[in-house]
Amino acid sequence: MSLTTLRPATTRGRGKLETPSQPKRNLLLTIVTGIVLVYSLIPLIWLLINSTKSQADLFSTFGLWFGHDFNFFENLTRALTYDDGIFLRWLGNTLLYVVIGAGGATLLAVLGGYALAKFNFPGKKAVFAIVIGAVAVPGTALAVPTFWMFSRLSLTDTPWAIIIPSLISPFGLYLMWSFAKESIPADLMEAARIDGASEFRTFWQVCLPLLAPGTVTVLLFTMVATWNNYFLPLIMLRDSDWFPLTLGLNQWNSQAATAGGQAIFDLVLMGSLLTIVPLIIAFLFLQRYWQSGLSAGGVKE
Amino acid sequence: MSNTITTPTAHTPPSSPGAPVTPRRRRQRTFATRTRWTGWGFLAPFMAVFILVFIAPIIYSIYLSLFHTQLVGGTSFVGFDNYVRAFSDPVFWGGLLRVSLFLAIQVPIMLGISLLVALAVDSGRLYGSDFFRISIFLPYAVPAVVASLMWGFMYGRRFGLVGQLNEFFGWDIPDLLGPQIVLASIGNIVTWEFVGYNMLIFYAALRVIPSSLYEAAAIDGAGQWRVITAIKIPAIRGALVVATIFSIIGSFQLFNEPSILQALAPNAITSTYTPNLYAYSLSFSGQQQNYSATVAIIMGLITMVIAYVVQLRGMRKDA
Repeated sequence: MSLTTLRPATTRGRGKLETPSQPKRNLLLTIVTGIVLVYSLIPLIWLLINSTKSQADLFSTFGLWFGHDFNFFENLTRALTYDDGIFLRWLGNTLLYVVIGAGGATLLAVLGGYALAKFNFPGKKAVFAIVIGAVAVPGTALAVPTFWMFSRLSLTDTPWAIIIPSLISPFGLYLMWSFAKESIPADLMEAARIDGASEFRTFWQVCLPLLAPGTVTVLLFTMVATWNNYFLPLIMLRDSDWFPLTLGLNQWNSQAATAGGQAIFDLVLMGSLLTIVPLIIAFLFLQRYWQSGLSAGGVKE
Repeated sequence: MSNTITTPTAHTPPSSPGAPVTPRRRRQRTFATRTRWTGWGFLAPFMAVFILVFIAPIIYSIYLSLFHTQLVGGTSFVGFDNYVRAFSDPVFWGGLLRVSLFLAIQVPIMLGISLLVALAVDSGRLYGSDFFRISIFLPYAVPAVVASLMWGFMYGRRFGLVGQLNEFFGWDIPDLLGPQIVLASIGNIVTWEFVGYNMLIFYAALRVIPSSLYEAAAIDGAGQWRVITAIKIPAIRGALVVATIFSIIGSFQLFNEPSILQALAPNAITSTYTPNLYAYSLSFSGQQQNYSATVAIIMGLITMVIAYVVQLRGMRKDA
């Protein structure tokens, strides 16, 4: 600890004062990293620009510049009202799956991670081995047999078919376990117990606030996983009234290929934009929390 | 006061609840008995759902993989026949080979870029490093469906950028959705989606390196490159292993991107393009549930074995 206060006055070989925490800015490095930045942003910019185009302009004007007409609001209105506002229905479905699925997954992961980090109980080692092993099980390998099971239980083509599998995040549990282990001092729990707090109260009032950054991190990961889920709904759902946005967009896109189908690429692009905007906003707002959660827990040895 | 009660935490040896040594043993034992099962109370909800959506499907698909269903003759137990069939199935091997090639090329490129960006952002030598970090991470928020649609449109010759660039500059960029190149085009989409995610995992690990290490290195006169190879990379080894394992899993279960691009490149991407697409089409268009389950199990096993090996090798201290 005392080492952190010790700072070298100068680095060897240079006249300038330079501490490791305040290095010199480097233009060349900025430009090189800038290539990756451009690569990351160009498709998003492309999407933003092309969401303003009419379908005719999509085919006839340059992709990285605006078309002849500025159709953004027209496209927006059409996307939201097309087919009796089916897009809003899909948005509602997605929100339902995210709130219950990702919210539930986070809750289960927080409770379970807390249990694994702070208690000893019979079978703990076995639980560990199985759950950590499950992180490596490909989700798609499970989805198909889950479909057959759910179809026997008559759960397919209902929201439960999406929500129930979304409730489990082995990676979330793992993150919460390592976060809880680091962030809750055993003394604090003992003190709460000595004061007569029940186990539930100890968890709820003493430990949960300490777990907040880790919880936000897990919530964001499960949110993204549920919001972006494609394979599971593809298998489970036939009725487009229960589609999430991802499946709906794919249906719009393949509409051009089906016989008698009308091509609506302008709506596909507008729908894509509307699909990613909420998540991007959530990321920007919550980034301070979840980055500390990621640093403190999880991805350390 | 807080020393009078020893709660069974992770630090306590497993034998301690039954072997009290302090004079306070009576009180300690009752408390230990009371708390012995408390952990399960918190863990039970997770485990109940986990059994329903993880354990049960795995057992069910193992069961299915041991049977064979025919239109005539019904279902019969066939032992490992389905597995034998898979190992001599050129379609399955073709898909497996394809995702292995994908894994061998795409994953190192993606993780390499991620690591370089993470090191650059962490070095503090970028102008506007927060902007870099957040912007490069943004594609992670884009669903695979949207990413594949966007890139698919851009690749395309209809209203794609590629066609326009060819026309404008007189270039001859080949058809990115053609059979020869489409795997690389998929690799580009996956790289785009996950460079930022992996960068963030590395960056988060870099942030928790104690600054005393850097100061010691500076006193020793170590240069930037030496700091990276001697301090930073070894310190984030755990993150590197985790990212590699997730990338391996992702490669082997490649499904979304080829499945969506299929509509744009029907000639290049078949319904058996990857093992997962194969399992999917076996199950939903081929009505061969038993064989589909077998393919899924084999892929799951291969993934787990490789992930395990990577973990063992990666975590070895002397590696």
